[in-house]
Amino acid sequence: MLKFWDSSVGKKVVMGVTGLILVGFVIGHMAGNLQIFMGMERYNAYAKLLQEDIIEITWAVRVVLLVSTVLHVLAAYQLTMRNRAARPVDYALRDAQVSTYASRTLRWGGVFLAIFLVLHLGQFTLGWKWLLPEFSRGAAYGNVVLAFERPFWVVFYLVAMFFLLLHLFHGTWAVLRTLGLAKNAAEPLQRRLPLIIALVVTVGFSLVPLGVALGIVR
Amino acid sequence: MSGTMTIKLKVWRQAGPKAPGKFEEYTATDVSPESSFLEMLDVVNDKLALEGKDPIAFDHDCREGICGMCGMMINGVAHGPSKLTTTCQLHMRSFKDGDSITLEPWRAKAFPVIRDLIVDRSAIDRIIQAGGFISVATGSPQDANALPIAKPDADEAMDAAACIGCGACVAACPNASVSLFTAAKISHLGLLPQGQPERYRRALSMVAQMDLEGFGGCTLFGECMAACPKGISIDFIKRMNGDYIWGAISERPEKITLGSG
Repeated sequence: MLKFWDSSVGKKVVMGVTGLILVGFVIGHMAGNLQIFMGMERYNAYAKLLQEDIIEITWAVRVVLLVSTVLHVLAAYQLTMRNRAARPVDYALRDAQVSTYASRTLRWGGVFLAIFLVLHLGQFTLGWKWLLPEFSRGAAYGNVVLAFERPFWVVFYLVAMFFLLLHLFHGTWAVLRTLGLAKNAAEPLQRRLPLIIALVVTVGFSLVPLGVALGIVR
Repeated sequence: MSGTMTIKLKVWRQAGPKAPGKFEEYTATDVSPESSFLEMLDVVNDKLALEGKDPIAFDHDCREGICGMCGMMINGVAHGPSKLTTTCQLHMRSFKDGDSITLEPWRAKAFPVIRDLIVDRSAIDRIIQAGGFISVATGSPQDANALPIAKPDADEAMDAAACIGCGACVAACPNASVSLFTAAKISHLGLLPQGQPERYRRALSMVAQMDLEGFGGCTLFGECMAACPKGISIDFIKRMNGDYIWGAISERPEKITLGSG
């Protein structure tokens, strides 16, 4: 086990498996969020379902997600440090040929997403007053509307979703290769399904702050 | 024959492994567009030698694109601007009169500079030693067709075996990862029946060795595949990962036998 974790491939496999768990979560979370367009009653009932009626299941999912996130970030950090150390003297000139913008911004994008995650949980789950002074537990719909009536949060969330788009575009493609599951391809860098997943998740999430900002959700 | 060209060169000069390096500028004059890149450097070196200066040291051997000795970073691209081409098979017609060209050695912790553009690539030999072999009974040769091998398997193994070990994958990788090389070697043996007994142990040993040598890890940028003069596909990295995972699950630890033997 320790040997596996110590290996560069092993750590990547951990990142891949935890990444898949997190992809599954963001798809479900995005779909759940869209209920905000079905009105306050429906949305608050959904929040009550998760936070009261099936709280045991919610906690089990939270533990899995928290462990996955910690492992994903820890492995990413350790691999990044190793990769930096693997080229102590950098090139004066290096011209990227085929790597995507998404792959090259993955690490800093990931850092931004981690910061976003903490603020997002603080704002809507933990109810940190400095992030949302009007936070009221149980009033999920109202909290969302109050937050996104502030342009700063709309922009911040949209920027985070842009990085999520890039992260998923690279990650959902790379994971099947990291886990050795992808099929051989004539153009291995070409991808269609990862683009669709990334777009659906990102657009789905972005509709909520946009809906409030445009006055569709009030 | 078209007219000759003048090329400005900015070359990494480093007297030895411990010596500090720096860029020096040279001008190559009367360069024939038909000359190869290394021939252009030969002419520059002739001139340097006549002036009593140290010629630029670079690796080369067959100059036919098959031995894997040559290789340098040419304007930030491993083996230069031509796809599927080693440095020796690159020709000056790929450049224009008056072009500036920056030359750097492969840069990786595991590839220390020996001199100028020459790096020590023995790390990848040690990766081969760690598992890039098959154990067979030697002695009388067996019949050539005794082992049936499916055509797609033979083709894929051949694609992997095209790797000449030049190190361009390491050079081009933003992480200085040797995954493409290692994966090609693991795959070309692992796809064939002769390579089956050691298949998963091979993946474990060779991956462990590439970590030990201080290469980075794969994050699937894809740069290695674009730089590879033999067009080795990153599909082999996926295969290496699969073999590694299955090996980590299935391989029994080595039995320690006491008393005998």
